[in-house]
Amino acid sequence: MKNLLNIRREWLLLTIIVVIILAVGVRAPVFLTWRNGLDIANDSAILAILVMGQMLVLLTRGIDLSAASNLALTGMVCALLGKAFPGVSIVVLIAVALAVGALLGSLNGWLITGFGLPPIVVTLGTLSAYRGAIFVASKGAWISDQDIHDAIKGLPREVWLGLPALVWFAFVVVALTAVFLKLRREGREIYALGGNPHAATYVGISVPSRLRLVYTLSGMLAGLAGLLWVGRYSIAYTELAAGYELTVVAACVIGGVSIGGGVGTVLGAVLGVIFIGVVNGALPVIQVSPFWQQAIAGAVILISVTVNARSERRAGRQILERQGVVA
Amino acid sequence: MLLRLRGVHKRYGATRALRGVDLDLQAGEVLALVGENGAGKSTLVKMLTGVVPMDEGVISLHGVQQRFSSAQASQAAGILAVHQETVMFEELSVAENIFVGRHLQRGPFVDWAAMNSQAQTVLANIGARFTATTLVKDLSLAERHLVEIARALSQKASVVILDEPTAALSQQEIRDFYGIVRQLRDQGVGVIFITHKFDEIFAVADRYLVLRDGAAVGSGAIAEATEQELVRLMAGRAIDQIYPHVDSVPGEVMLSVKGLSHPMEFQDLNFNLHRGEILGFYGLVGSGRSEAMLSIMGLNPQANGEFLVNGQKLDARRPGDAIAAGIAYVPEERQRQGGILSFSVQDNISLAGLSRFARGPWLSARREAVLCKRMTERLRIKTESPQTLLSGLSGGNQQKVVIAKWLGLEPKIVILDEPTKGIDMGAKQAVYQLIAEMVQEGLAVILVSSELPEVMNLAHRVIVMRRGRQVAEFNRGNAHAETIVAAASGLNTTAVPAHREIAGAPA
Repeated sequence: MKNLLNIRREWLLLTIIVVIILAVGVRAPVFLTWRNGLDIANDSAILAILVMGQMLVLLTRGIDLSAASNLALTGMVCALLGKAFPGVSIVVLIAVALAVGALLGSLNGWLITGFGLPPIVVTLGTLSAYRGAIFVASKGAWISDQDIHDAIKGLPREVWLGLPALVWFAFVVVALTAVFLKLRREGREIYALGGNPHAATYVGISVPSRLRLVYTLSGMLAGLAGLLWVGRYSIAYTELAAGYELTVVAACVIGGVSIGGGVGTVLGAVLGVIFIGVVNGALPVIQVSPFWQQAIAGAVILISVTVNARSERRAGRQILERQGVVA
Repeated sequence: MLLRLRGVHKRYGATRALRGVDLDLQAGEVLALVGENGAGKSTLVKMLTGVVPMDEGVISLHGVQQRFSSAQASQAAGILAVHQETVMFEELSVAENIFVGRHLQRGPFVDWAAMNSQAQTVLANIGARFTATTLVKDLSLAERHLVEIARALSQKASVVILDEPTAALSQQEIRDFYGIVRQLRDQGVGVIFITHKFDEIFAVADRYLVLRDGAAVGSGAIAEATEQELVRLMAGRAIDQIYPHVDSVPGEVMLSVKGLSHPMEFQDLNFNLHRGEILGFYGLVGSGRSEAMLSIMGLNPQANGEFLVNGQKLDARRPGDAIAAGIAYVPEERQRQGGILSFSVQDNISLAGLSRFARGPWLSARREAVLCKRMTERLRIKTESPQTLLSGLSGGNQQKVVIAKWLGLEPKIVILDEPTKGIDMGAKQAVYQLIAEMVQEGLAVILVSSELPEVMNLAHRVIVMRRGRQVAEFNRGNAHAETIVAAASGLNTTAVPAHREIAGAPA
């Protein structure tokens, strides 16, 4: 019964997305072109990568507010590295981005499990700390287009089998996350401990090591997103992607990932990303004033979250014998 | 010797939960671990399952000394527990709940097909009527207990601890369950069976160990024990010393409930509550009693029904409405719903109805202090000062503070939901005394309880609920333990071997 409800909720979100696309398309047919679709997909790819990491954290009843700062710091490290060593290959850069991101993420995990601190406090702290570290690393200077390594700039512009490289990266991350959550023991235990942390200890799940794993993975994906972000926008500076962690959390929540832990699917989270991508893409097309765009996007997010929350509400506990079930 | 405990101690702050307990368990033996609530049974289980460390003592398994530092260590050593409060993952399937923590693997991946089919086999063995792919959130409480049992059975354990596993099971399910226990015993497993139902002890146990106030006070073979002996060991005093004499005579109707129903939880409840009366609500855990009480307070929005308080229609949409009508509800889980542990005793007592202390826009601390003093004296609450935090009080005194909060509102009707859950014998006695005094003063009390001796010795009338329905009503005079239990667990009285008399029931 519950499975059905979940599916219905994801259908509902998909329906809303299709309705928005068609409605906007009627007013501005340019919105329905392949070209525009690719733009939205390109814009959403990095968000999708970050959302997969954030979703893992949310499933454990945590939150990773440092994701955007991690992205910017790792992006800056990659940009500086590319500037200092012009001979560096893209493979090395990707490895560095994953490693630096994972390191920064694992620091969150250690602080949370080692000192028993609430995730929101720890990641709020590292949000500022990582942002400050960019300033230290770059001495406050921008690294602009001409100083960004060609390999970094080139990566997001690659097109493989007709699709932009960014979209391929997002596909791979999403597919790996889905496999991890459905078919890996650690993934299943993340759902379990998010649903009932107390019970997870009883059945012998090592809660601290699972928490360190999710923060490390979230950091690693933020690092990868950092490299792609710097390449796509050809710039690295202190305020890069500032505040973007909120968009990431919003996409998760819209997609039905519960802040309360233990509930959420990869499909839902991806639809949440597409929803945000479509809304952000549609507003300029239908000539909403830029002054209003942010407020409207926010209102749309609130509405969709409210609708989701209502469909989640439980009716009560089944005590009376159900029809058709033998007592 | 399969399992041997020597001199096990455990302290929680000032409370000595266990003081030097010895325990022996042979392979292929069922040991009944009995004791009142708060005697230390749960602490002992937590220690054996590695959930809390012991302070002092020796545990040896198969003659090897053990120090269980984690739940994994204990499980790996072969000790498994079916817990009293179901340890479940609601959003996951039955199969996954059975295998969680040790998912079956195929190469690097989880093997869903194998988990589902193995789970289905175990479920079929214990007569479960749901499939392995059902989500646990869609199961009833009794069905969840079966999942817990299936979890223990699917593991190769040398010691299985059953912590009140039958609390929510129907009579048929309990009989199936006895079969499972015997099956385990015949396989050479050592079973520790925790219960306070005497018929179960005599039906399945080989030996007993009685705990009282954290110490082992007696043990021996079940064949040589009598029920009276066990009761005396558990309580350390005779029954008539525990329960006060309630001699108030019920007067006019104070509360009338008609046709109270809810789509999932309960159906067609009708009852009257009189002045000076204690009305007991008895039933298995999860039979819908608490849910029905919550709806009187306006806390269960989907419930439908008519409430008359003193002949006046009450339509409580919020607890405030019910409180204004003179109804107070003391919830079951005192730490989660009743008291705020990080508040002082005084702040807890004055919390309900703060407007009473208002002087203009400010609260008068003096008026709060006056009420607090009056209530601590009246209820004999043991606290160092009114400013002591609730967390610093013993369980019994915490419960008294929660009751004091509501009595401070001068209610006419008090609903007590499991008021003695998890408190020790002395504190229970004090709560019983308090309930007797309340009705003496003309209050009307609804006592929701899963402890049969409690409702039988205190209540004027007992209403029995089963699966959300009101199935029987007894007056104090014609209440017999056997018939009440039979009604609550839905069994056909003639089809079952004679029940032993339940401890504490008047003859």
